[in-house]
Amino acid sequence: MSDARNSILTTLRRTRDAHPLTSPASDFAPIEAKQWAADERLPRIRRLMEAVHTEFLDATEADWPAVLREFLVREGVGSLMYAPATAAGKRLVEGWDAASTTLIPYDRPLEDLKPQLFESIEAGLTTTRGAIAETGSLILWPTADEPRTLSLVPHIHVAILRTDALYDTFLQAMREQGWAQAMPTNVLLVSGPSKTADIEQTLAYGVHGPKRLIVLVVHP
Amino acid sequence: MDGNAPDFAAASRAALADPQLRGNFRRAMDGLMTKRAAQFADQDEWHGVRALAASVRLRALSKLPELLEKLEENCTRNGITVHWAATTDDANAIALDILHKANAKLVVKGKSMVTEEMHLNAVLEKDGIEVLESDLGEYIVQLDGTMPSHIIMPAIHLNTKQIAHLFKRKIKDAESREDAAYLTDLARRVLRAKFQAADVGMSGVNAAVAETGTLCLIENEGNGRMCTTVPPVHIAFMGLEKVVEKLEDVPPVISLLPRSATGQPITTYVNMISGPRKEGEKDGPREVHLVILDNGRSTIYADPELRDTLRCIRCGACMNHCPVYTQVGGHAYEAPYPGPIGKILVPQIEGLAKRGAMPHACTMCNACVEICPVKIPIVEIMGRLRVEAVKPGGTVKDGGAKANRTESMVWSGWAAMNASPTAYRIATVAMSRLGNVAPSSLPMLKEWTNVRTKPRFAGRTLHDLARAKGIPDV
Ligand code: SF4
Repeated sequence: MSDARNSILTTLRRTRDAHPLTSPASDFAPIEAKQWAADERLPRIRRLMEAVHTEFLDATEADWPAVLREFLVREGVGSLMYAPATAAGKRLVEGWDAASTTLIPYDRPLEDLKPQLFESIEAGLTTTRGAIAETGSLILWPTADEPRTLSLVPHIHVAILRTDALYDTFLQAMREQGWAQAMPTNVLLVSGPSKTADIEQTLAYGVHGPKRLIVLVVHP
Repeated sequence: MDGNAPDFAAASRAALADPQLRGNFRRAMDGLMTKRAAQFADQDEWHGVRALAASVRLRALSKLPELLEKLEENCTRNGITVHWAATTDDANAIALDILHKANAKLVVKGKSMVTEEMHLNAVLEKDGIEVLESDLGEYIVQLDGTMPSHIIMPAIHLNTKQIAHLFKRKIKDAESREDAAYLTDLARRVLRAKFQAADVGMSGVNAAVAETGTLCLIENEGNGRMCTTVPPVHIAFMGLEKVVEKLEDVPPVISLLPRSATGQPITTYVNMISGPRKEGEKDGPREVHLVILDNGRSTIYADPELRDTLRCIRCGACMNHCPVYTQVGGHAYEAPYPGPIGKILVPQIEGLAKRGAMPHACTMCNACVEICPVKIPIVEIMGRLRVEAVKPGGTVKDGGAKANRTESMVWSGWAAMNASPTAYRIATVAMSRLGNVAPSSLPMLKEWTNVRTKPRFAGRTLHDLARAKGIPDV
């Protein structure tokens, strides 16, 4: 099929050179102009995400595992999968005393976990790399320790959001975090629980991804 | 009409006679237009970001061959296998080859218009491979055995009641409930089992970043993430125009696409994939393939005016705002891309012999041009294609296919009449005297009077009346 490659590229080059195209300069100012005061970002993120059924929990560095535990007990969530090698994962298991919620480590490849992940685990816990004020979006940065399916397959996704990494726009986040220099296997923006309007424009939540998205805000 | 050419006029007549269908479209399009308008309430912001997005797409086209090479180089470095397909047959053969090597029996698919263009599902089924659409709308359409009627909302032509009946007929143990939440949950249960078992996941691409070798996919449901994360092999399909130069070019496109398409500030998921599972990672596919499809796009690219067709980011907003689409619905076009973008893209891909009618399915109202987030001059392109259809020798596939001697003689006569004052005077006087007695069944009048009342011709021409008032002829 490399024939196809060469003939496509040759045609494109020849026809472009016959009629070159000059593009106007890309002026990013209309996006850069979108800014919010530091204390407005979180309320805006919250308002936009709540409008699409995201739920919020407030906590501090000291008490977030306890706030999470209380939530899981209150909602009757029987199992929570977590990333055992991350700092958050280590913090979570310290003195976990909720008998009603079993903690299950994501410590093997997906292939060995599929049935469990799809059929019995109720919730998954991940961290975030911040959030975006313009659209109300969490930045998820899956790693070898914190796999992609943790925020995808369980019915409830709990995401820890620290308030020191709130950006105005998607553009600002990727610039300040230097994404273009080293993209990981997968980056995600997540702006709510899974939803659809494919049946007569009626909004329904929880089609294929998580039915509920809980943002656990960790205030300083 | 050519033997195998779809008959748009006949299909539209059938659609117009279906009040249920028209009601479904009218309601949906009205809702989408209102929601979109709310997202662009700040007109300065709209104009600014729109100019930026248009420049991003234009810049990509201005460096298209170089960016495709760069995309290939960076994807390859990231571990993505890149394939090039000149035709849909080539693309289908590439897909089958990957599937055979993976010994695949079950494929799950996320929404991809390019694979609709390829009729990939039919090819896979013929090969004995089970293929399941997982976007809820696409799943519904697949169960129904029809085609998507909209590029963003494939099942928009059906209402809840019709979908409830369909599910009851096709899904084991389905209850007969006209309730979107219940039906959605039912699809969730069916498809989750399939995601888990699938050998290969397939998807489209909303934008491919040359700079980093990244494939961007946006969606609300999470099925796109499932298809690109859970099965051991992922195959992504893109039209060769989908490349952008830099990662920074993605935010302007992502900013306009969902707002234009469905009036939401952003989709639930923006999924950026830059390779297969790396050493030590616990999930993600072990193989990622990118199939880059030409299928006539390089021919579109050859014409400096028609080239603008390739700026499209497939938001579907032009459909939502098109008075013709809203009346006849998506199926009347019998094409993978309906509505305004379809009317300029499909004739160029499939040729004017087969699709010469499509550029005529337009009132030239310009609504699509006003809302297109990347400023494609859709109506101008439509005009060009009407000309290309009757003028042999252009670059468009089957250009001149509709050329017709009687028609060109009539037009030369028309031109001659307008060029000579005497001929013009004789013709207008004849019209004002004879127009009202001419029966509406005359061949030249019939097309018009079929669906309209014949206009009454005034007894005196405008020139006459003006002269009587002392206004001189110029
Ligand atoms: S032509 Fe413009 S409005 Fe229509 S789908 Fe493409 S980008 Fe959207």
